[in-house]
Amino acid sequence: MITAHLPALQVVVPLVAAPVCVLLRRSRGAWMVAMAVSLFAVAGAWSLLAGVLSRGPTSYLLGSWAAPWGIEYRVDETNAWVILVVSVISAAALLFARRSVEREVETDRIHLFYTAWLLCLAGLLGMAVTADAFNVFVFLEISSLSSYVLVSLGARRQALAAAFRYLVLGTVGATFFLIGVGLLYQVTGTLNMADLAARLSELGPHRTVTTAFGFLAVGIAVKSAVYPLHTWLPNAYAFAPSAVSVFLAGTATKVSLYLLLRFLFTVFGLEFVAGGPVPLLLALTGIAGLVAASVAAVRQEDAKRLLGFSSVAQIGYLVLGVSLLTTAGVAAALIHLFNHALMKAALFVCLGAIAYRVGSVRIADLAGIGRRMPWTASALVVGGLSLIGVPLTAGFVGKWYLVAAALESGWWPAAAAMLLASLIAVAYVWKLVESAYFRAPSPAAASVREAPVSMVAAAWGLAGANLWFGIDASLPIDVANRAAAALLGG
Amino acid sequence: MEAFLGHYNYWIVVALMMAGLCTVATSGNLVKKVIGLNLFQTSVFLFFISVGKMAGGTAPIVAEGWTRYSNPLPHVLILTAIVVGVATTALGLALIVRINRAYSTIEDEEIRRADLHRLP
Amino acid sequence: METPALIFCVALPLAGAALVVALGRWPNLREAASLGAAGWLFLEVLALLPAVEAGERPAAVLTAVIPEIPIAFEVEPLGMMFALVASFLWIVTTIYSIGYMRGHGESNQTRFYACFAIAIASAIGVAFAANLLTLFVFYEVLTLSTYPLVTHSGTDEARRAGRVYLGILLGTSIAFQLFAILWVWVLTGETGFRDGGILAGHAGPAATGALLLLFVFGIGKAAVMPFHRWLSAAMVAPTPVSALLHAVAVVKAGVFAVLKVVVYVFGPGHLATATGAGWLLAIAALTVIAGSLVAMRRDNLKARLAYSTVSQLSYIVMGALLASAWGIVGAGLHIVMHAFAKITLFFCAGAVLVAHHRTEVSELDGIGRAMPITMGAFLVASLSIVGLPLLGGMWSKWYLALGAIEAERYAVLAVLMLSSLLSVAYLLPIPVRAFAKRSPKAGSGVEEAPWPCVLAIVITAAGCLALFWYADRWLRLMEQLVRT
Repeated sequence: MITAHLPALQVVVPLVAAPVCVLLRRSRGAWMVAMAVSLFAVAGAWSLLAGVLSRGPTSYLLGSWAAPWGIEYRVDETNAWVILVVSVISAAALLFARRSVEREVETDRIHLFYTAWLLCLAGLLGMAVTADAFNVFVFLEISSLSSYVLVSLGARRQALAAAFRYLVLGTVGATFFLIGVGLLYQVTGTLNMADLAARLSELGPHRTVTTAFGFLAVGIAVKSAVYPLHTWLPNAYAFAPSAVSVFLAGTATKVSLYLLLRFLFTVFGLEFVAGGPVPLLLALTGIAGLVAASVAAVRQEDAKRLLGFSSVAQIGYLVLGVSLLTTAGVAAALIHLFNHALMKAALFVCLGAIAYRVGSVRIADLAGIGRRMPWTASALVVGGLSLIGVPLTAGFVGKWYLVAAALESGWWPAAAAMLLASLIAVAYVWKLVESAYFRAPSPAAASVREAPVSMVAAAWGLAGANLWFGIDASLPIDVANRAAAALLGG
Repeated sequence: MEAFLGHYNYWIVVALMMAGLCTVATSGNLVKKVIGLNLFQTSVFLFFISVGKMAGGTAPIVAEGWTRYSNPLPHVLILTAIVVGVATTALGLALIVRINRAYSTIEDEEIRRADLHRLP
Repeated sequence: METPALIFCVALPLAGAALVVALGRWPNLREAASLGAAGWLFLEVLALLPAVEAGERPAAVLTAVIPEIPIAFEVEPLGMMFALVASFLWIVTTIYSIGYMRGHGESNQTRFYACFAIAIASAIGVAFAANLLTLFVFYEVLTLSTYPLVTHSGTDEARRAGRVYLGILLGTSIAFQLFAILWVWVLTGETGFRDGGILAGHAGPAATGALLLLFVFGIGKAAVMPFHRWLSAAMVAPTPVSALLHAVAVVKAGVFAVLKVVVYVFGPGHLATATGAGWLLAIAALTVIAGSLVAMRRDNLKARLAYSTVSQLSYIVMGALLASAWGIVGAGLHIVMHAFAKITLFFCAGAVLVAHHRTEVSELDGIGRAMPITMGAFLVASLSIVGLPLLGGMWSKWYLALGAIEAERYAVLAVLMLSSLLSVAYLLPIPVRAFAKRSPKAGSGVEEAPWPCVLAIVITAAGCLALFWYADRWLRLMEQLVRT
């Protein structure tokens, strides 16, 4: 009974739980609500994915209104996968968040913090699950507005400025998206994605459709921080509360990239996309992002900011994979999307734990924590190795398929750029590792203890997942291949 | 000329949109940035609404003597979008208040400079 | 032939590492664990030899990371030989380390023994790798596990050296080797090692040439110039590390990988069609000569030995690139012969350091009187490197020369001759100084390094001699490579 309503419950439960947090006014209680909701979402996402894998895509009609008119929620391999990623990262981030938020956010605001968190979760899950273009916009704004709030709650004043810049760029991006949706509606008279796809393919080449595509693509690119529209990201990640960095790094850009896939392949269709300059543009931005953001990452002195730039570079990998427009490329991008969420969440958890004890994440202040905080630091190393793409970590599998897909399509420069970026990743990850293990402790770090158990558990849970999916990657590979085949085939 | 005037609603939308975006991009004052953002969003609302309007049509309520009705869906959508816009503006302004308290300025350039002196 | 024992061979040193960490507080037990693991591993590896000699290929699958390409092991003659050498010399080096580390009062000995064991595990993994991915995985683990050994002293100099070490080895392997592996996979749809190679029929001359270039430079551990700097940088490590890892396990893993890729991925026949193979051969030859020339000018004993290694490694690369049957046999044999000779030389250098705190060649005047056994062994090993008869080093040079003639590359022959002369010039002055000159600080009487060091030196020097007489078994093993 309840499983039939799961697609809607994924969104409704966090949405309803959010005001509950406001009413509770207790920080611990709000955390427990958020955690319970996240765990429910994980269970729901798992059941959705299992259902899709065994029975194929399911469709859910909100309020039982028939599809092109009512809002349809549709779950297939691709978004079941994204939903799972989002809910798992939310749960892991919350496990870490309890102690961290108590330290970083004022006590009388903590319940509001979790309210915003739940709203953000609802928005992200909604973006993934809905099959209605305008509904996507609504959820996009729900998640964006709440993430501006979350970022602005950072302890330092730079968080406010970062949140404001994020708000301006994010709103422009979302409004671009809205214009695109409006233009599509004007041409086709529908908002349902499947319906849109059918009518667009009947329509053939059309200038308004091309314009709509342009607006949608730019809007999504801003939200997913595709280079060079990434400028909001490094500061937002750097100055947000540690827990928020974990959550956003693992989820926000990933869901936006899912939107890119959805619009490229489901709505506009392979034929439309392949005909234009889109693949080339995507590939160029991907390569530029890979290289430029990696180089920028090496030059950072703040570890969180460094990881922010590295995220931009990783998005370059994903965009590059998508730009190939082949099943192999899209599957590789989906695998890497999952892996990147795991590794970045793990790394940000470790930095959050370090911030909790040392009070700073400047690379110089990381000195010597390898001895002082062995568990946290070793999880940091695992996450870093995964980020580089060392074999037997999850990162390797994703990169392997990405480079192989590029070579299969004969895109030599793309393959070369990916390997070059991996090399640069060695340099910036090494900066962290060397500081942590091969430097004498800084005065700030000399007397610290290991992080609280909940943080270490979150860090090693995520780091362990990085190792697990580096050794047995059959689940992501299987899901990604089927999802890519469905996206490009249908 | 016909094509130009016949689509006058689009021209208004485009003009407003450009004015809004230009303000967001060039203005250093954060409040003005929010105003620009508002202008930009409003232009899109206008666009949606004008698309739904049928020349000579009335509100979509069945009434004697009317055969043409405006499409209500864009209007409904825009109601939602307006709410989103208001929320964005409110949040933006709230952030500006906090920024003003923390930096004693709401000029983008001055904020940047204030942070330069003590980078993280 | 399914043989789970292969996985055990890789796991054994890892278990040894864990035991070493667990016993860290009791040095005697810790070192007993190290030694026990080494001995057991050697016996395990030795037990595989009869089957391989009979032409069988024991195999085992560990896990399937990527469905089509599992992490899997398969023992073929070349890997058998490398594993035997690495595991045997691990025993000897452990004995030596006990004397050296205690005699020299090194710190962090537990980390040292643990990382050492992990490095051996990955060397065995490289030796037994059944496909390119497995090879790559253990190659990278080998790099990472030896990094703490290189930076063991923790000084700024060691850290700088560590950065060069890691930068070159990781950099080349990711940028070139991984690229090449992926390319092979895309071209052929497989990455397994097969008799006769897998590329034939899939890659044209230009692609084959490009792949060869990527592999030779991507396997940075083979130290072909210009990617040789890491080896001299790694010399800041304690001497047992330089001895086993940077004369045997790490560098040999590099040339072994080159040889394995040439034999089982390219296939000697297909390799001959590659464009630009001649240029690569020239670069390897240049490395042989240039390495020798630099070695002559180094006064620091370990640095001189390191450049000698750079030069000798390229013998093996040359042998592989000749793509002739005898060249490959010679290259395979040279892995063994050079391993025994060079580890002896490094052991001697470490013994001199422990007993007399001398590191420069110019300080060695008259030291032969104080350390007759050590310097005698040094002489034996030097002669083996030069390639004189009655020592193992002769055989590998002999077959390499045959290979050059077979491939009608007479320039390579000339390079072999010239470099033998050069090695006389940079190695022999050392024992000559030690025995013929008088020490300015006339310390009379014999003062050798601690007995475990001397024992290890005697074992490996005796090995150099024995290899001359018992080379036929190795030879037959290597001939399996080129029989088809």
